[in-house]
Order: sequence, then structure tokens, then C-alpha cells
Amino acid sequence: MSNSALWAVVLAGSLGCYLLKLAGLSVPAAWVERPWVTRVVEFVPAALLAALVAVQAATSGSRLVVDGRLVGLAVAAVALALRAPFIVVLVLAGAAGALVHLLAG
Amino acid sequence: MRVRALPRVVRVSTAAAARSATLRDAVGLGMAVGMYGVAFGAAAVGAGLDPWQALAMSALMFTGASQFALVGVLGAGGGALAAVGSALLLGSRNTVYGVRLAPLLAPRGWLRRTAAAHWVIDETTAMAVAAPDRELGRLAFWVTGATIYLGWNATTLVGALGAGALGETAQAALDSIVPAAFLALLWPRLRRTAAHPRVQRRVALGGAVVALAMTPVVPAGVQVVLAVVAVVLAGRPRRTGGEGAA
Repeated sequence: MSNSALWAVVLAGSLGCYLLKLAGLSVPAAWVERPWVTRVVEFVPAALLAALVAVQAATSGSRLVVDGRLVGLAVAAVALALRAPFIVVLVLAGAAGALVHLLAG
Repeated sequence: MRVRALPRVVRVSTAAAARSATLRDAVGLGMAVGMYGVAFGAAAVGAGLDPWQALAMSALMFTGASQFALVGVLGAGGGALAAVGSALLLGSRNTVYGVRLAPLLAPRGWLRRTAAAHWVIDETTAMAVAAPDRELGRLAFWVTGATIYLGWNATTLVGALGAGALGETAQAALDSIVPAAFLALLWPRLRRTAAHPRVQRRVALGGAVVALAMTPVVPAGVQVVLAVVAVVLAGRPRRTGGEGAA
């Protein structure tokens, strides 16, 4: 993607996200407090975030790939289960990924 | 509740204590969240954005999950529509937060409203709603918003500039940090204490499976947006009496 296309993506996404925020403060509550809106807001993040976890950890382009990222992800899951702070989770996952890279490379 | 029975002096000092506790929590949360910015800045540059584009996202979009999603889709080779679409889908929860915050903030005039809207995110909403009264709720909103905004933008720039100088091993570390960051964002939704944790877990598992299954057949990035069908596949949550809010 060209640099100006990236700027377009950045600015369009930013404007859209801002308008979504502004809408909440501006429209009557009844417009937003409908069952299907509530359902979208409550559950769509879990679907998208899990999809992003899977795509970022186990794919490369259009292929499924197993590499150090999955090891890093497993380490992150253990750290999260032990209620480690966010920054610790990221450092441990990064260290695991780097270690696998060094050992495999 | 018990405060009402106490003498006036104690009440005043309790109010002052509540105020400083709110300030302390807001600044503490703001600084902790601000640290995520390093991961975002590095991920954005890793996905092909330049540092100014990364900073523009933190300054203008200012909603973490959407920002990570947009660069995540771009990093996976995705197109503009999939990238913006996933950011907007994740950003839609801020609309509901705004509805919840509107009576509390009661922003007068368009200037205050447009300013307040920019800071309607997970953390400011959580802090404002959790505050013991309306005045402290407003204080918590503005202080949390300001601290996170400053920290998030400063650390985004640090991460974005730092990522350019990474060697191959550090790049491998970053590749592992990005999925871990998404997992850390997802995790609190799956905890037993979350609202409808069983449905959330089904949705998350379904989303991951759909995304992986679609990866070989659809253009990069589109599989992330398609994962929302998992919400339909997971079925409706059973109605319970006192369900908590997210």
C-alpha cells in the first residue's frame, strides 16, 4: 500500500472511530439501547480479538504457519492466567519469540 | 452509606480522601495504560506505517483495540476496507459507552461535547462509572482521559521510532508481542467474572476458528472481519437476573 493510501486508511479510520464516540454522547439513548446493538457491542470484540490473535500468531499471508509466535502466545497465556501485568505478558512473549528465533535460526 | 451518620468534619475528610483516591487511581491507570503505546507504536511500524502515521492514529483515533486491529489487518497484508472495517467494528462499543456517560458528563455546548467524545474509551468509562458520585465521576473521566492521552501518544512515538532500529531477533520478539497484545486485550472478556463468560468463550473460539479456516481462501485481513459470524454461531446468552455490564 502506498504512503498516501496508508494516510487515507489512518484518517478514515480515525474519523469513523471519532464519529462513533460522538454519536454516543449525542443521540437519544433509546437509539442505541436496542437488543441487537447491545449484542454486537458485547460480543463482537471477543470474535475480532480472537481472530486477530489467531491471524497474528499462526498465519503468514494466506498460509497457516507454526513458528516462535505460537510459543510466545502460549507463554503469554500462562502469564495472563497467573494475572501478570500487561507489560510483563508482552515482555515474556517477546522473549520467548526471540529465543525460538535464536535457537531455530 | 455509612458516611451519613458521621460528624461533619469526618465527612469532609472522607470526601477529600475519596477525591484523592479517585485522582490517584485515575493517574495510576492512565500511566499503566500509557505503557501499551510502546507496543502499539512498534506494531504499527512493523505493519508498514511510518512513525507519523502511528502517532496520528494515537492522537486522532485514540481507542487502543481499534488501533491494534487496524495495524493488525494491514500487517497481515489486508486491504483498506478490511482494516478500517475492523477498527470501526471494535470502535462501536465506544458509542454505547457514550450513551452511558452522557447523563454523567452532561457536556454543555458542542465544544465540550466534541472534546469529551474524543476521550470516551474503555478506561475513562470504567473509571467514571465506578466513581462514588457524579462530581468524582467527571473528575475521573477527565483526569484518566488526560493521563492516558498524554502517555499513549508519547509512548506510541517511542515505540514507533524504536521499532525502526530493531535487528532481526528483536523483530522476532515483536512478531510474538503483537498476538500476545491481542490476547491480553481479549483475556478480561473471557474471565469468569465477565458478563456471559461462556458465550464470550464460544464467540472467541469461533472467531479464531473462522479466521484460520478462511485465511487460505479470502484476501488477507478479510478473515478478521468475517470472524464476527461467530457471534451468531455462538447463540444467544441465556437471560439471567443480575447480569453485570462489561
